[in-house]
Amino acid sequence: MSVLQMKLKEETKRSRPVMGVVTLVIGMVALFFSVGLSISYGAADIQLHTVWQAIFTYDQTLTTHQIIHDIRFPRVLGAAIVGACFAVAGALIQGITRNPLGDPGLLGLSAGAAFMLAICFAFFPGMKYIYLVLFSFLGASIGAGMVYGVGSLARGGLTPMRLVLAGAAVTALLTALSEGIAIYFNIGQELAFWSAGGVSGTTWFNLKILTPFVFAGFIGAILLSKSITLLSLGDEIAVGLGQKTGVIKFFGAIIVLVLAGAAVSIVGAVGFVGLMVPHITRFIVGHDYRWIIPVSIVLGALFVVLADLGARVINPPHETPIGALIALIGVPFFLYLSRKGGKTI
Amino acid sequence: MNRNTYIPESKRKKNKKFIVVATTLFVLILLAMMVSMNTGHIKLTPIEVIRTFFGFGTEKQHLVLFEFRLPRIVLSALVGMGLAVSGCILQGISRNALADPGILGINAGAGLAVMLFISFFSSPVAAPPYLLPFFALVGAGVAAILIYTLSYKRGEGIEPTRLLLTGVAVAAGISALMLVLTLRLSPENYQFVAIWLAGSVWGADWSYVLALLPWLAVLIPFTLSKASLLNTLNLGEITAVGLGASIEKERRILLAAAVGLAGVSVSVSGSIGFVGLVGPHLARQLVGSQHQYVIPISALLGGLLVVVADTIGRWIMQPTEIPVGIVVAVIGAPYFLYLLARSKA
Repeated sequence: MSVLQMKLKEETKRSRPVMGVVTLVIGMVALFFSVGLSISYGAADIQLHTVWQAIFTYDQTLTTHQIIHDIRFPRVLGAAIVGACFAVAGALIQGITRNPLGDPGLLGLSAGAAFMLAICFAFFPGMKYIYLVLFSFLGASIGAGMVYGVGSLARGGLTPMRLVLAGAAVTALLTALSEGIAIYFNIGQELAFWSAGGVSGTTWFNLKILTPFVFAGFIGAILLSKSITLLSLGDEIAVGLGQKTGVIKFFGAIIVLVLAGAAVSIVGAVGFVGLMVPHITRFIVGHDYRWIIPVSIVLGALFVVLADLGARVINPPHETPIGALIALIGVPFFLYLSRKGGKTI
Repeated sequence: MNRNTYIPESKRKKNKKFIVVATTLFVLILLAMMVSMNTGHIKLTPIEVIRTFFGFGTEKQHLVLFEFRLPRIVLSALVGMGLAVSGCILQGISRNALADPGILGINAGAGLAVMLFISFFSSPVAAPPYLLPFFALVGAGVAAILIYTLSYKRGEGIEPTRLLLTGVAVAAGISALMLVLTLRLSPENYQFVAIWLAGSVWGADWSYVLALLPWLAVLIPFTLSKASLLNTLNLGEITAVGLGASIEKERRILLAAAVGLAGVSVSVSGSIGFVGLVGPHLARQLVGSQHQYVIPISALLGGLLVVVADTIGRWIMQPTEIPVGIVVAVIGAPYFLYLLARSKA
């Protein structure tokens, strides 16, 4: 047995499939109940069994059913999709670049997508949603390109911390430009919830357009997951085990951009979800991305659904900006990770 | 003998250069102020400005100039000076080229304290101006201590990149906390927090100028008196200890001065980042690394930058105003990226 294969075997030992299955099941049950809870909570109090009825035996004549069907259900689905997208995007970035501080929000992708959306709103008002989504992907790649461009120009090379600093500056620049555009074109109202983050505007129409992209992204991520596990051990090891690292990185990057762009087109530039969820997942299920990715989908969805519920519960009738709420949890987590030195993944 | 005559001559040269640069900057500030006085919703020609200035204008011109524009311009200049000198100290004591009170989260701390103070009053303007700097000072100090503690690691001390990263994260956390708290404390102040975070000179009134002026009048000369100490610190810790400076104590005093300058400045201006970064850097390019020269020149550059940025913000999208913080970020963030790309790991 070669050294590489031994190393691989050692790595797979660090994977915990049983924990994976257990977390997946518990996570799904928890997600199911928090979705129900989130739908039933609101200005008009709705019983849980009414929620059940509205979803499975929808009666158009009832107002409560309409509220659930038209406003609350798409909203909670939006939250779930956003969480899952950010989480998988974060997991992929962390795995492919071996950067423990990988997160679409921290690395400028979200700010890039939000900037592009601001431009679309300003110059092409009433643009079709599908085009908005496509521009959002483009924006995410611009943000990522700037951050990695600056990071790789640096003499010391791409260290995780340097990338995050570049991400912070690129985010500051793009956010400032977006705000300028918003003020000039008087589209602050449309953009306000983006800068702070919010899923309240999600409609069935948005979801219908996003779903194919999102699911394609998830399936792609799961298909790549084995290769990403190898890549996360280091380029040399992955090449030694016969992986085409260039191809994997390329497809991985596309999936990250699509998922991050899709999520931002719903919620705005929200950070830290893609940072926290994969780390927690890795802690539970070990280092095998075949488990990390599906579990991240479930836990990411659960996390943002709960955060959205929290944002409404904290201070009714006002909605606390969900991005701010998540940042309050995310910042200590980030500090903890960066203190660890950011070497192990 | 030859050498002895050489040193004073180079010093005289430097002095001459310093005087030239300082005079040029001073003239530029005056010019920027003139242009700024002409810029705005109500048009005033340069001649009208001069006439009004010497008391020959109409009552309306007098009102616009002396009660609206002039306090704002003076305040912008003062804030720029305070932030630039603060950045100068921070870069000197941390030997970190990328240090800036905004990036390090000190501004955010001051902002949170100002917000808490203001939320006791019905509107931001109702809060007594002269008390603002005190609260800002406390907030900035707490933030600085927090960042210092979080980035300190036993055995390694404070590593520059980790310090920056901690600052960025703490700033994000405090901003999020401001957004969450403001809705809970008093929703009316939400707008104030939004404007504060974007960085607008909001306290455009002579009383705010008077509240800020004494602090700067004490702290900037104090910093100047410590210039040679900053030069010594720049040589590195070991040399500095060898030369007999009691490092830790002096460093803390200087840090307190930097925190004070940044805190009182942003208490009236909102969160303006990057001034403390750009000012000292350009100053070093112009007059070399001696702090006797760098401190006054960066103060002038900082004042110039904020006055110009504020003028651009008012002029570029008339009649809407772009907050000065946004304009400064558009100039400063690329500069940060440039410095980051040049820096060693």
